[in-house]
Amino acid sequence: MLNSQDQVRFETVVLPHLDAAFNLARWILRSGADAEDASQEALLRAYRFFDGFHGGDVRAWLLQIVRNTCFTWLEKNRRMNDMTEFDEELHVPPGPTPESLAIAADSRGRLTHALESLPPRYREVIVLRELEGCSYKEISTITSIPIGTVMSRVSRARRQLQVALADPANNEAIHEL
Amino acid sequence: MSCNRAVSVLHGYFDRELDALGAAEFERHLERCFDCVGALEALESLRSSINIAELYEKAPARFRKKVLARVRSERPAVIFPARAPWRWLALAAVFLLLAYAGWRVIPVKRGGSYETVLAAEIVDAHLRSLQPGHLTDVVSTDQHTVKPWFDGKLDFSPPVHDFTDQGFPLQGGRIDVVHGRSVAALVYVRRKHFVNVFVWPTEEKDAAPRSGSQQGYQWVAWRKGGMEFCGVSDAAPSALEELQRLFTE
Repeated sequence: MLNSQDQVRFETVVLPHLDAAFNLARWILRSGADAEDASQEALLRAYRFFDGFHGGDVRAWLLQIVRNTCFTWLEKNRRMNDMTEFDEELHVPPGPTPESLAIAADSRGRLTHALESLPPRYREVIVLRELEGCSYKEISTITSIPIGTVMSRVSRARRQLQVALADPANNEAIHEL
Repeated sequence: MSCNRAVSVLHGYFDRELDALGAAEFERHLERCFDCVGALEALESLRSSINIAELYEKAPARFRKKVLARVRSERPAVIFPARAPWRWLALAAVFLLLAYAGWRVIPVKRGGSYETVLAAEIVDAHLRSLQPGHLTDVVSTDQHTVKPWFDGKLDFSPPVHDFTDQGFPLQGGRIDVVHGRSVAALVYVRRKHFVNVFVWPTEEKDAAPRSGSQQGYQWVAWRKGGMEFCGVSDAAPSALEELQRLFTE
């Protein structure tokens, strides 16, 4: 149960991370409208669990709830078709040149499309690392994957993003792998 | 990319996540591996593409309001024993009670002008700050300590000045939430009265100070240089006006 002091504490320490919550949900769910629903649901869950939160990294704590809510959401909505397990031996064609990436940067749309073409668990680490600036340790807390796995997942997610950016036509093929 | 180091160690190095030993070893490797140098450049290019594209999607303002209202309408959870037959009845009773409580509490703020609502929120925030341990997150009378403390905690940089010589020594600062957004709160003291000055960015033009009182507290609000300011205190109204002038000079 939250007393009024906890309520105030919740508004002061948790709500400032609403942008982070929304942004993560938006990229995992690929929809602003779904992200509103899911991040609101996550915030309310956070509110109910708040008396169980005893200090520490509040952003990581909240984002953990957000991503769990989002993945449950994806499951419920049967949009898991792109959630394939990862092949450790995934073969990635030669990386794009810096020039080709610079051209891609001209278009926010292209980057959005490329990022959205990645499996949700890859999108998630890209958003946490590149947009939210999380450390591997924070990513490990949020996603509940071992810290050693974070580095390899980040690397695979980035390589897949590079490939998607270099040749959007490849996206479908990558999904098959 | 034929070098097999360019698998994940490279990413750990790029993210500065390797320990000193690992980083030094990888740097030695970089001196003779063109594959890895190229891969590192590609990563830098990817990161700058992401930065330039500004992919970060902030919560829309009306959504922020909605969430705040939802959270505020929540009441402490009531735990029922599972499968008790009277559970749903009790739940319904709780809902009725909540609806009634919400109806009783909300009208005080509802229907008021934007300014009244804002003043009520500001006074609430001021009262919260006076609870033990809530006043300051960074305790310092030095503006050069307080200002950098806000860096990275807010999406804007509030102006921080110490007015000790003018009778308003700076006590510190903290992050607060007003109108569902994070704001900077600067804390001053005026003859044992605490003054909170809330600061957040605005796109509106500069505006002359407006003032009023709410629940026995004085407030003064003004806009200057793309920032909204609102000072609140139980000090005399003249003291707040004086502080407002110091801010705008």
